[in-house]
Amino acid sequence: MADLNSLEAKFQEKIDNEIKIEPKDWMPEKYRQTLIRQISQHAHSEVVGMLPEGNWITRAPSLRRKVALLAKIQDEAGHGLYLYSAAETLGVERDDLIEQLHTGKAKYSSIFNYPTLTWADIGAVGWLVDGAAIMNQVMLTRTSYGPYSRAMVRICKEESFHQRQGYEILLTLSRGSEDQKRMLQDAVNRFWWPSLMMFGPSDKDSVHTAQAMKWKIKRKTNDELRQQFVDVCVDQARILGVTLPDPNLKWNEERGHYDFSEIDWDEFWNVVKGNGPCNKQRMDARIKAHEEGAWVREAAMAYAEKQAKRRKEETTQVA
Amino acid sequence: MKNSLLNYTIHLADNAHILGHRLGEWCGHGPILEQDIAMTNISLDLIGQARSLYQYAAEIEGRGRTEDDIAYLRDAWDFRNVLLVEQPNGDFGKTMVRQFLFDAYNFLFYKELKNSNDQQLAAIAEKSLKEVTYHQRFSSEWVIRLGDGTEVSHEKVQNALNDLWMYTGELFVMNDFEKDMTNNGTGVDLEKLKPLWQEKVDYILKTATLAKPQNDWMQSGGKTGRHSEHLGFILAEMQFMQKTYPGQVW
Ligand SMILES: [Fe+2]
Ligand SMILES: [Fe+2]
Repeated sequence: MADLNSLEAKFQEKIDNEIKIEPKDWMPEKYRQTLIRQISQHAHSEVVGMLPEGNWITRAPSLRRKVALLAKIQDEAGHGLYLYSAAETLGVERDDLIEQLHTGKAKYSSIFNYPTLTWADIGAVGWLVDGAAIMNQVMLTRTSYGPYSRAMVRICKEESFHQRQGYEILLTLSRGSEDQKRMLQDAVNRFWWPSLMMFGPSDKDSVHTAQAMKWKIKRKTNDELRQQFVDVCVDQARILGVTLPDPNLKWNEERGHYDFSEIDWDEFWNVVKGNGPCNKQRMDARIKAHEEGAWVREAAMAYAEKQAKRRKEETTQVA
Repeated sequence: MKNSLLNYTIHLADNAHILGHRLGEWCGHGPILEQDIAMTNISLDLIGQARSLYQYAAEIEGRGRTEDDIAYLRDAWDFRNVLLVEQPNGDFGKTMVRQFLFDAYNFLFYKELKNSNDQQLAAIAEKSLKEVTYHQRFSSEWVIRLGDGTEVSHEKVQNALNDLWMYTGELFVMNDFEKDMTNNGTGVDLEKLKPLWQEKVDYILKTATLAKPQNDWMQSGGKTGRHSEHLGFILAEMQFMQKTYPGQVW
């Protein structure tokens, strides 16, 4: 057996030469575990993320919006499926991953623990939440693990459509009545900071970043991505005529970036720990769907087995 | 006659809209992610059909109203959908039974409506038929799977079938606007569909090892605007934005 050091050296050499790692290739156990954690967390986020938006399907204000919202949430379910499949290439089962979500062992993006209170929130989620997700996911199209990178290419196309759609909802509100403008500003007030938190802890506190960068799982740090996001949002907010809720947001000529206030990290960690406004509701809803679906999954399996048996009996009869 | 055509079109639109709305309630809560996606697909098809039909209704009416005005600014008594489609989702089995009973009808219906002398309705039927063909396959497969699955699933779908059976009669009861439309070659003669529907339902139930309910009493009223208690709640949610913020562009 080749010794571990030379395997690791070869692996790192591939990474350094931008050669994708594929499921059958040798990889360090920690690389595998990091990917399983990250991809499954990502998959869970897609699925849990269906809930806050699903909240508004039955109340969408027009048929056109209702259709667009349904289609958008359906895309997110599809993203969940691709990502669970990508995770399965690393030797885990979707059922086990879902189990980890339901027992609280696995995390999902904290943004989905915030409520959607008005129709404008559906626009804000598209603009800011899908927008922040894209920053991260565009980077991940170049991630070192082949199946993850390919899943991201597919997903990114849809995400940018979601983001435009969300922005267009807000643009419509911005041209509307006083009520609509108020709704718009209120949604931006509530979603701005949680969206910035989506990039994760600050680099100085991020335990995983350095190794993930070396393995090229990540290619930009949390703070780099967050800055990039703030920079693009400022102009977009101006067009909407909304104020981003940060008095310290201003252009820094020297840095060539916008400065912004420090994130409220207490809130960040508090929501991660489970104390966000909707952590409990989101998990309850997922667990309920899963538990109430158990008899359906069992029936489907029992039926498939019966069918297989029947087919086998038929062929033996023929023979 | 124009009024009958309008009511006929609205009736078809409401069927598709209300059922699509009910399926939309499942989004994010399905028993399996793949099934969640499939139900949303059907919901999208149905609401798409409803939109084409409401748009046509607005055109027939000729008062400058839009699809949304018709969908969101009527009270329950002006809705013309059958009672079956407004029944609550219940569990996945009940949703599938409701879907199958309606799909089996809807498939036969659109197959006939394709030959309507009204070109718009014929075109909508042609497009919808492709979608409904898939819906029917999906829901009948699930009725079979659950009926012939485990003891638990068998009992659940049998109960759902027993509960929903009394809403199937209305599908074939022709009221005035339907009679008008059938007489002038625009609408579908429901009497002719009934035996075909029964044949299909019998076949699927038999394959699913389910017993056909024996109760003959059939509820009706949806097509004339006398609905079950459920529709008011559906509309309360659906129309909330349009009613709270009248006349806005969304
Ligand atoms: Fe997504
Ligand atoms: Fe998205």
